[in-house]
Amino acid sequence: MSWGHLAALAGLGAFHGLNPAMGWLFAVARGMQERSPRALLHSLPPIAAGHLASVAVVAAVIAATRSVVAGNVVGIAGGLILVGYGLWRLLSERHFRWAGMRLSLPQLAGWSFLVSSAHGAGLMLLPVLATVPPAGVHSGHAAPATGGLTGLAAAGVHTVAMLAVMAACAGVVYGFVGVNVLRRAWFNVDRLWAAVMVGAGALTIALAS
Amino acid sequence: MTRWTPDPTFYPSPRDAATAPPEQLAYIAAFDRAAALPDAIAVVDTDPESDSYGRVVGWTDLPHTGDELHHFGWNACSSALCPTAPHPHVERRYLIVPGLRSSRIYVLDTKDDPRQPRLVKEIPAADLAGKAGYSRPHTIHCGPDGIYVSALGGGDTDGPGGIAVLDHTTFEVRGAWENDRGDQYLAYDFWWHLTRDVLVSSEWGTPSMIEDGLVPELLLGRKYGHRLHFWDLAKRTLTQTVDLGDQYQMTLELRPAHDPTKEYGFLGVVTSVEDLSASVWVWHRQNGQFAVTKVIDIPAEPADADALPPALQPFGAVPPLVTDIDLSVDDRFLYVSCWGTGELKQFDVTDPFHPVQTGSVRLGGVVGRVPHPSFPDERLAGGPQMVEVSRDGKRVYVTNSLYGAWDDQFYPDGVGAWLAKIDVDTENGGITLDPRFFPHGDDFRGRRVHQTRLQGGDASSDSYCFP
Repeated sequence: MSWGHLAALAGLGAFHGLNPAMGWLFAVARGMQERSPRALLHSLPPIAAGHLASVAVVAAVIAATRSVVAGNVVGIAGGLILVGYGLWRLLSERHFRWAGMRLSLPQLAGWSFLVSSAHGAGLMLLPVLATVPPAGVHSGHAAPATGGLTGLAAAGVHTVAMLAVMAACAGVVYGFVGVNVLRRAWFNVDRLWAAVMVGAGALTIALAS
Repeated sequence: MTRWTPDPTFYPSPRDAATAPPEQLAYIAAFDRAAALPDAIAVVDTDPESDSYGRVVGWTDLPHTGDELHHFGWNACSSALCPTAPHPHVERRYLIVPGLRSSRIYVLDTKDDPRQPRLVKEIPAADLAGKAGYSRPHTIHCGPDGIYVSALGGGDTDGPGGIAVLDHTTFEVRGAWENDRGDQYLAYDFWWHLTRDVLVSSEWGTPSMIEDGLVPELLLGRKYGHRLHFWDLAKRTLTQTVDLGDQYQMTLELRPAHDPTKEYGFLGVVTSVEDLSASVWVWHRQNGQFAVTKVIDIPAEPADADALPPALQPFGAVPPLVTDIDLSVDDRFLYVSCWGTGELKQFDVTDPFHPVQTGSVRLGGVVGRVPHPSFPDERLAGGPQMVEVSRDGKRVYVTNSLYGAWDDQFYPDGVGAWLAKIDVDTENGGITLDPRFFPHGDDFRGRRVHQTRLQGGDASSDSYCFP
């Protein structure tokens, strides 16, 4: 992976971290409910872990697949998936459904995994990973295990950035500006996200073919 | 299409909601008891600067007759900001309007012309029965994962009643809400403590117990509801039932504290068969379990038998009949409707266990027939019944019909139709009638009036996940 790839992965992580729906708002709510900043802080690692799991699964699959099949197949097929999923997210008005706010930390991680997966968080790593040269190419024989590791590394970089931004947002809202800021500042990132997915998918196809 | 920024009527916390601008319009459920004319949503101007202030300025007739419009609610509210499944970019624009008698549910769009809501969908009774197993839809609440609708009756049976869930976007019936209802059979109102994963539900009666009027044998036999149910909102299972004692008949309206860090709420009980008094109770946590404690007792008022309708003559008294209560968004004032005696009481409930009465307004009443000060010659029938409080807590709206068949028993010479507005002294407590605001009689075109919903939300429509 080049510095450019790392920057792209971190940037996507930061974007996810910024989205209130992906976790930091839940952490703030838990802190406010318990009147304890500790409750907020303790909520962040499980949310990040759930996000990591969701992203890592997709990333590992992409990277491992790239090690065994021709590069442009992954790019084209993955791009199609991305365009399709993005369009569905853009046109469907259904939202993630979940009732229940009193979650244990493992349940919180599970919630985060589901919400990240529903957003297609991992899919957006596709355009980045599709342009990383497959592992093992230099030595002349493909190695799926190494490919998978590349995927995990990508998911890790992504999640560290996500956690940092998420913690910053939660801290600022909890400690300083208050949740009322959401009324004005909660830009509909889901719609933007879906549009970006469609664009990124199209770009991936174009680059691969 | 969703919005780019959250709907401006959504507030993260009750504290923020209390700063909302005053409502410009009120929506009123209006129904024809004779089922000859269609029921309607009446729209009333609530802007004091407007020339048509206090008048009916819009009207949407429904396509059928005999629905008996009763309660209704918004498709989305501040709970859309709750963090587990946030969807704050949807719009609060649709009124979900059930027919309590027909079991039809209408969806009206208020966006294009807020004064003339437009019918956009009709859910037939067969859908509610087929997909959820319920009939007689009653209370609507905008939940985190769908629209919740309580229902008094079973689909093809008298009971059990329960809760159905509608899809947030398509309004299709998704199904019955309950996974495990235990021995819950009677249903009426429900609301929740969202951040505690608790849903509370109350009991009235099944369709056969109410649709032809209050049945004296059932009342004296203590067969109407007298319990309160507590559910796990996430697992959708019954976790605890509290019986108030079977002398307390009809546990109706539930008003949980709006502050999500609090876990108490108020319950109105229509009457005690021992002395015809009415009461208000508080539910609260005690050593992990819910307990329910009586905090307000309102005695019956003695009256000459001649002045009473036949149903009440044997008792020589007018029961207060507490049939609706409403809690201000700041959880400070509780409004209690005494539909029998014709009184709206205001209590300071800063300490929920020790309410202090801070105000009273009398209008109508079985015996009193107190007129509105602006129309002193018109003796009013009915009494303050459905109460709605504005988000800032400064204005209270009351309508006068309880339920078609029951109106006829307590006000046999006609219940009429009126909507009064009451101004609140939010500093010291105290309530006074607004002399400029009293749509009544022919203003409502021969219909009776039940629930009021305020444009942008009100004290009984939104729930909050942040303190």
